[in-house]
Amino acid sequence: MNGIDLIGPQFAVLVAAGLILLVDALLPQQRRLIPFVALAGLAASALWTISWVGRDDYQTAFGGTLALDQYSVFFYFLFAGITATVVLASIDWINREGRGQGEYYALMLTSCAGLMFLAAARDMITIFIALELSSIPQYILAGWGKDSRSSEAGVKYLLLGAIASSILLYGMALLYGASGSTLLVDIGAFVSAEGEANRSVLIFAMVLLIAGFGFKMAVVPFQMWVPDVYQGAPTPVSAYLSVGSKAAAFAVVMRIFFEALGADVLSDDWSTVFAVLAAVTMTAGNVMAVAQTDIKRMLGYSSIAQAGTFLIGLAAISSTDDPTTLGASSVLLFLAAYAFTNLGAFVAVIAISQRLGSDQIKDYAGMWKRSPFLAAALALCLVSLTGIPPTAGFWAKMFVFNAGIRADLTWLVIIGVLNSVVSGYYYLSVARQVMTGQSDGPKIPVSIPLTVSLAAALAGVIVFGIYPAPLIDAANSAAGIFPG
Amino acid sequence: MELTVLVFLPVAAALLIMLLPQSQEQNAKHVALIGSVLALALSLWLFFDFDKGAEGFQYVTREEWVNLGSFRIQYFFGVDGLSMPLVLLTTFLTVAAVLVSYSITMRPRLYFAMLMVLATSVLGVFVSLDFLLFFLFWELELFPMFLLIAIWGSGRKEYSATKFVLYTIAGSAFMLIGILLLAFSDLQTFDIEQLGRGEVTGTLLPLGWVFFFLFVGFAVKLPIVPLHTWLPDAHGDAPTAVSVMLAGVLLKMGGYGLIRMCVTIMPDQADDYGVWFVAIGAVSVLYGAFITLRQTDVKRLIAYSSVSHMGLVLLGIGALGETSLVGATYQMLAHGVVTGMLFVMVGLMYERTHTREISRLGGLARQMPLITTGLVFAGFASLGLPALAGFIGEITIFLGAFQDYEWAVLMSIFGVVLSAGYVLWTLQRVVFGPVRHEWDDVTDQHRWWEHSAALGLAALTLVLGLWPALMMDMIGPAMDPILVRLAG
Repeated sequence: MNGIDLIGPQFAVLVAAGLILLVDALLPQQRRLIPFVALAGLAASALWTISWVGRDDYQTAFGGTLALDQYSVFFYFLFAGITATVVLASIDWINREGRGQGEYYALMLTSCAGLMFLAAARDMITIFIALELSSIPQYILAGWGKDSRSSEAGVKYLLLGAIASSILLYGMALLYGASGSTLLVDIGAFVSAEGEANRSVLIFAMVLLIAGFGFKMAVVPFQMWVPDVYQGAPTPVSAYLSVGSKAAAFAVVMRIFFEALGADVLSDDWSTVFAVLAAVTMTAGNVMAVAQTDIKRMLGYSSIAQAGTFLIGLAAISSTDDPTTLGASSVLLFLAAYAFTNLGAFVAVIAISQRLGSDQIKDYAGMWKRSPFLAAALALCLVSLTGIPPTAGFWAKMFVFNAGIRADLTWLVIIGVLNSVVSGYYYLSVARQVMTGQSDGPKIPVSIPLTVSLAAALAGVIVFGIYPAPLIDAANSAAGIFPG
Repeated sequence: MELTVLVFLPVAAALLIMLLPQSQEQNAKHVALIGSVLALALSLWLFFDFDKGAEGFQYVTREEWVNLGSFRIQYFFGVDGLSMPLVLLTTFLTVAAVLVSYSITMRPRLYFAMLMVLATSVLGVFVSLDFLLFFLFWELELFPMFLLIAIWGSGRKEYSATKFVLYTIAGSAFMLIGILLLAFSDLQTFDIEQLGRGEVTGTLLPLGWVFFFLFVGFAVKLPIVPLHTWLPDAHGDAPTAVSVMLAGVLLKMGGYGLIRMCVTIMPDQADDYGVWFVAIGAVSVLYGAFITLRQTDVKRLIAYSSVSHMGLVLLGIGALGETSLVGATYQMLAHGVVTGMLFVMVGLMYERTHTREISRLGGLARQMPLITTGLVFAGFASLGLPALAGFIGEITIFLGAFQDYEWAVLMSIFGVVLSAGYVLWTLQRVVFGPVRHEWDDVTDQHRWWEHSAALGLAALTLVLGLWPALMMDMIGPAMDPILVRLAG
């Protein structure tokens, strides 16, 4: 039983969370070290993951409930990176807030461990527990701020999240009832053998699963919570929700739908559902984002629209007959590129709004005068979100469209393309205000942790924008676990 | 290798500029000038060293860039007789653009860096032989253009910058669909050379659709009526140098793309839809000319005249004959130089009078003899006076297209008559007429950079008008493989 080794990355993160609580309780004078404990835990987790890449020894653990494969490794790196960036970006804010240092980071690491479990889970019970492990800390974190807005965000997220979880459980229960197993592999075997006879119950379960995960993926029509929570929650937490939580939801959705429901009996059905959701989500998200005046709400709606673009890749998974699983790898690539880009945008917003005390887009005018670095960084991230080269966002969009076209979803790609024009309008209008307007405000200093996290995100955006091959290779090999 | 150096030379200059300390920021223009002059020198050397008799692409650089089995992107540069003159045009106009920007004092580092990035992206478009690489450079141009118009423009600059970007994104989004569809045909490649030799079969949508998607992308840039409305706004509000680049080379990316991609890769579809090109082209010529007549702003006037002139290019491409294709390419070069010069002269005028309203100008020949001489010279070239650049392109297109499309040529000739009308009428109102004493204090062009930009462009206008063989000998052979494909 070498199970501990197989959950090493999660283990490292959880140990760090425990250490943080200890430091917080026993060494109150040393509280400023807490973020570094968190970073050390994440670094250990990443190192552990690297050692696997070297060992090339992929397997399943705990009776097949957890998988250790290229796919989970990809997400371990992604989540460790995301959480590290968010931790760095939180330091200033939490110091100013002046309370609950230990709990904040401990919760964030616990949530990160939950995300990692989610990416590796191959069993419905494990998936559900991992989902709750990652979600419950997020509910608390969303309500961390002192103002009523933040409390409202926390409660709203909690209530809607609970409803989504219950819908998800219904779907899982139906699947279990029909197939008699909670393991995705067994369900997959059942679906391909007897799916035809049980089609109606399977479709019912599938719809419930999509609804439940749709909440976490922030897909229209399950997106209502997004703008309010993103706006109300502390900005670092919004950043975390918009990339970490979303990426994990996509990770697990791909696992479930590909391993358990991937047989031809069902795949055309869910492919169509995802295609329609993609079209609706992109369009609704973008149209609503145009009208926003608050930058966090704008990023919230834009993240909805981006989720719609991911869905193109999901819809393309089933209908593609290309053995390279283009759809899956394009979604993975997009998730990674989106993570760098959106984190970069959020970190810049954190740094700016700390000084500004405002999230209004109009107050961002002339930011280049007050901090050229932040202004350029924000503009670059927005350009990447639009999908203009030489940024990582360009490759991501291109690969998703590429998968869509190969899967004969040209109509959907056309909608996606038109949507990127709409998104260009609001992204670039913010970039324009930041880079052009006039402002007499004082200079905005950027603290070292924020600079580091922003520089890391920007490096990802630019390096992979110019030389995307490593990222594409990683996404490809991660997607390679799915049968063609 | 040569092309790699050429394409990235401006970006290197841009990096150098961004590294200048604040105290040295006024030196940004010198760095930009040196960078662009070096690029010009290199491209001149390549131009004269170019083997006009050889087939295929020259100065080829080819490396694997991204390889995913069925999805291969190459770093593949090369020029032929079609792109070489356009490369030269680009480097030439870049130097002119830097020279006319010498009086820029606001945020000079960002300005000149962006101008250099713009040059790199346009050069990259002309030399890229991998469709995806091409697209990358095509999109790269958006960001510098956006900032250049939005920050250093005038009037409704932010509106115009956004409009420009959105139109281009919309067009290039369709182009991307076309590229992907094309690459997943049986040929399985983004390689333009290969696509241009083989026969595209087995696309997911009928090839006519692919042709249409690519056409939309290029047509927005060219631009054709009715996709042209971004152009007058962008031109009207852009700073002088950006207008020079925009009219001079960015529009040519559209015409180049049409010839290189649409016509070469899908000759059968080009044959089917060529008549539409001719019709749209003729309408653009006439419509553009009529709209130009009633403009009151000098820069918007030149912008609309560009719509008219680019309509001629589309007509020449659509006629699909050797003469008409060569004429279309020549017209692109001539229009680049002539319109570039028009914008330079108007820019110099605007810098002094701070108005572009035709009704407020008048009698300027007295106060600024040199600038108005340049303006008259460029205006005559623009209306197609023989011995100047504009004439050669127009006459070649008409000769090439007349046999098959008499009606379109007759319509377009009427458009050219109109162009004589609007040019002369504008010159009469701006340059001649009673002297206005409110402009008594303005100076004529007097600084070395103003002289050299105007003189250089004027000289090239003359060269293109008097020695067409210089370019034609190069363009002609490049059209042969296209014609073989069209006939086959």
